[in-house]
Formats: sequence, structure tokens, C-alpha cells
Amino acid sequence: MELTGLSLSAAAALLRTGAVSSVQLTEAALQRTAAADGTLHAFLHVDAAGAMTQARAADASFAAWRKNPAGGQPAVVAGLPLAIKDVLCVAGLPATAGSRILQGFIPPYDATAISRLRAAGAVFTGKTNTDEFAMGSSTENSGYGPTRNPIDLTRVPGGSSGGSAAAVAARMAYGALGSDTGGSVRQPAALCGLVGLKPTYGLVSRYGLIAYGSSLDQVGPLARTVADVALLLGAIAGHDPLDSTSLNEPVPDYAAALQTKSLSGLRVGVPAEYFAAGMQPEVEQAVRAAIEQLRALGAVPRPVTLPHTAQALPTYYLIAPAEAAANLARFDGVRYGPRSAGSGLWEQVRATRGAGFGAEAKRRIMLGTYALSAGYYDAFYLRAQQARTLIKRDFEAAFKDVDVLACATTPTTAFKLGEKVDDPLTMYLSDVFTLAVNLAGLPAISLPCGLDAGGLPIGLQLIGPVLSEVRLLQVAHAYEQAAGWQAPQLAV
Amino acid sequence: MAISQTEVRYIAELARLQLSEAELAEYALQLSAVLDYAASLNALDLAGVPPTASVLALHTVLRADEARPAMERDALLANAAETAAGCFRVPPVLE
Repeated sequence: MELTGLSLSAAAALLRTGAVSSVQLTEAALQRTAAADGTLHAFLHVDAAGAMTQARAADASFAAWRKNPAGGQPAVVAGLPLAIKDVLCVAGLPATAGSRILQGFIPPYDATAISRLRAAGAVFTGKTNTDEFAMGSSTENSGYGPTRNPIDLTRVPGGSSGGSAAAVAARMAYGALGSDTGGSVRQPAALCGLVGLKPTYGLVSRYGLIAYGSSLDQVGPLARTVADVALLLGAIAGHDPLDSTSLNEPVPDYAAALQTKSLSGLRVGVPAEYFAAGMQPEVEQAVRAAIEQLRALGAVPRPVTLPHTAQALPTYYLIAPAEAAANLARFDGVRYGPRSAGSGLWEQVRATRGAGFGAEAKRRIMLGTYALSAGYYDAFYLRAQQARTLIKRDFEAAFKDVDVLACATTPTTAFKLGEKVDDPLTMYLSDVFTLAVNLAGLPAISLPCGLDAGGLPIGLQLIGPVLSEVRLLQVAHAYEQAAGWQAPQLAV
Repeated sequence: MAISQTEVRYIAELARLQLSEAELAEYALQLSAVLDYAASLNALDLAGVPPTASVLALHTVLRADEARPAMERDALLANAAETAAGCFRVPPVLE
């Protein structure tokens, strides 16, 4: 049995029966990483020794349970090797957020998403590459070099959670955590042929997530199947007193909810604005075919309109940089990260930030500072916040008539490394179908819906109202089971 | 709208960001392009539309005013470039 190709859910089931051990799963993942990651560069840090210690502890917990079933069985994620995006703090492991300004930083605490997984017995094999501070769509903005797409090594894995996506797609991890501020879980999931979920704003705690755009950021899972994503979401979701924007709502049993197979009567909105000119024709064809598949499962597709879709991109590129400029003010070389020489405190801070931040982080700090500065606040930032209200209202109006929205996750399949890196506006357009969801705080999932002529994966995006994760997972699961897409051929 | 290099220099100063001459020139062009694009929001009629700062109805979260364990000071100082007497050390702010 090729262990590394197992889905998380299958691996979890085998752990429970005792057919495999966490040590076996972890060793297989680490061996695969050692063989493939020199080519892919999905990981910024691999913690083989720590992972093996966690794996042995998980195996001990399964052994104890088998010996004494009354003691309660280990949690569903126990013993499962996961890769963690480097914007999340894992105590004792480096956390750089893909930036040179955090080189050498070792957080003394776990993010809440991590402490929950740790308490449940999960195994962390390493920290994955990301665009600097999660700012980007290709992982090329990492201060430590880009990640390659395991399906085509000349192409990007997407971003900013490109390292997490490449790690799971290349079978170096069974599942991963990413973060999604404007599409950074869904877009790389689409480009690497995976399932990725961006939860409702507030469902997963942001404590210990290195902040980019605080009103937009959410931690989300990437994995091979919808059931895997449901399993991971259940392990990280829920109220956290350490995050003042954490929702205080009960967490449903996402995995159990997948049993519903019929989509009878489900109203699927097809937003005209998301089938825009400039889309790769094969992407549009695959998404329209997926919508027909949903119809065959009993769903009722109908056209809807989201009139302010065109404003989402300019709105996002004022709000997110403004929040980023404020969040990145803390990186001054005083409490963490390298410090540059300079005469006096302010010279030292200016030099530290000038040397530590990469081009895209600087660009967004400048843009955000400009939009927030005296004289421009009303013209840019306030207008963007008002436009955000209109974008949010578009979705609220649409969800009076439909249960979910279906569209493409990205306008094209994976693009070439270097193709867009010198043109920020063109790069920003990669996220044109994902950003509005973050502005409105909604949940959305991306899942595979076919391949283009070059064998590159295409992502179907399903968007739902606030806290509709159960329904999104049900619809995605039903489609996935009916469509039966196989994982794409790997180049490494 | 064209952003001048003088304006870029001013914004960089607000952001405490040391930029090279080449970066100043590049950001003057790129910020102008992005702000031109953002100006498409000017076509919207936003009269009477309230701004959205967060999708949640934010409220102040309070907890009981009780002492509780905090992280170890040494652990929090361990990542600093320079420390002294249990504090972060920086150059003098006042001469």
C-alpha cells in the first residue's frame, strides 16, 4: 500500500483499525518530502524529529485505547501528519510568514488552530512556503524562493498558501492548513487539484495567525477530499476567547453531515458576472459542466446577479493594504526578527524595515499608508468601506433566492513561474473570483472539476451564506462523489 | 492619478520604510497604476451607504479581572535582537 496517497479520512480509519501506525504514516510523509521537496520547495522548515515524537505519542494513545476502550478513543485527527502554512505560530518551530523580516523568529506559543490540533494528537511535519505575509497569488513573493507546482514544474502552485497546496498535492502531507484573505486557500487548491475551504469570518480563531488583513483573514484547510476538509474544519473551528472576532456559535459535526447524498431542490445561483470575458474557455466549460452535474443530482440552477462584482478588486486593494500597513507596523526589529544598523532608533527601524520586507509587502504598506493618510482617507479608504457594504448586500440579496452560488475559483489554470511577477495588477486579477467572498465574510469551498488540455486542474467554487459550511460541504461532497475525478498526474 | 516621487518619499517616511532611489521611482509608477484602477470606485453612487469595517457586529469583549498565568518573560524576550535587565533594548530616543 502506498501510504502517502491516502486521503486523511482513509488514513484516520486505518489508524483506528490498527492497520497502520502514525509512525508509518509520518515516516512515509517525511521520506516523500526528503525525495521531492528539493525540487518543489513547498516547505520552509521540516521538523522530522518533532513529528516522529508526536507520531509515537499518537500511537501510544491508540494502543492505550485498544487496551482499555472505556478510556475513550483518540480524536479523529490523532496521528495524522499535517503541513502548516508558515503564517501560523507553532510553538518551538520557526515562523517567518515567508518574510526575511521574521527570519529566525521562533514563537513561544501555538496559534489556537494549532493548539486544538495538538491537543487532538495531530502530527506537524513542517512549515510551508507562502507569499510574504500571505500577500500574493503564486508563492513567488516568498522571501525564501518560490514553490513549484507538482503537476507541472514550470508553473506556480498558486498562493499564497502555495506551499501547503504543493505539499498535499505532491503527497508530502495528507492535509494542511492555509490562510485565506482574498483567495489564498481556494486559489492554490484549485491550481493544485485539491479541496480548499475558506470558513465564515470568525469561525476559526485568528489567534496566532500572523495578521495580514484582520477583517478578511481566515485559517482554512486544504486536503485531497471534501470529507478530509470537513474533518480538519471540525478540529479547528469554534469559539476562542483569545480572538475578539471569534464567533460564539456551536460547531456542527461536519463529517457526519456529509451522509446526505441528494441535492433535490437545492437552488444553485449562477452569477453572470463570474463568467466574465478573459476566462480560459476550458475553465468556463468545466464549471458549466459541473453545474449540469449538480442539476443531474437534483439541484436547480438559476441565474443570479451580483452587480458590484467589478468593484470587488479595487475595494479589496484599498482595504487589505490599509489593514496590512497597520498590521505590519509592528515589525521594527525590536521584539523579533533581525535588526539593521542605523544611528538612533528611527534610522534603525527604517533600515530594518527597508531591508526586511520584500517588494510586494513594501508595495502594500505604501498603498495602505497612502489610502489611510490625511487628505486621502475619505477619497480612498472610506469609499472602499462603503463599496464593501454594497458587495456584501449583493450576496445577501442573492441568498434570498438561492442556497449556494457556483462559479470558477480562478479565471485560468496554473500560470508559468515569472509570468505575472513583474506586473502587480495582472497578478491581482488571479483572485478576481475569490476576493468578494472575503469582503463579505462568507464561507466558500474550491474543489476539482476537471483538467484543461494541458492536464492542469480546474477548480469549482461554491459560495454560501454566513455559517453555511455544512451545506457547502454536502453539495461539494455530492458533486465529488458523482464526478469521480482522479488526482492529476504528478511531475515529481 | 500620478503620484510624484516626493509624495512616495513622504508616504515611505510615514511608514518608516527606507527605500532606494530605484524603489521610489518604481513605487511612484506602480502606486499610480493601482490608484488609477481604484478610482473606478468613484463611479459608484455611495451617498448614504454606511461603511463596513467588519462583517461582524463587533462589540468589546471583556473577561473577569482576575490574575492568571502569563507567558514566561524569558521566552518572550528570546527573539529580541537586544535585551537588558528583562527589557527590550533600543537606542536612546531622547538625547
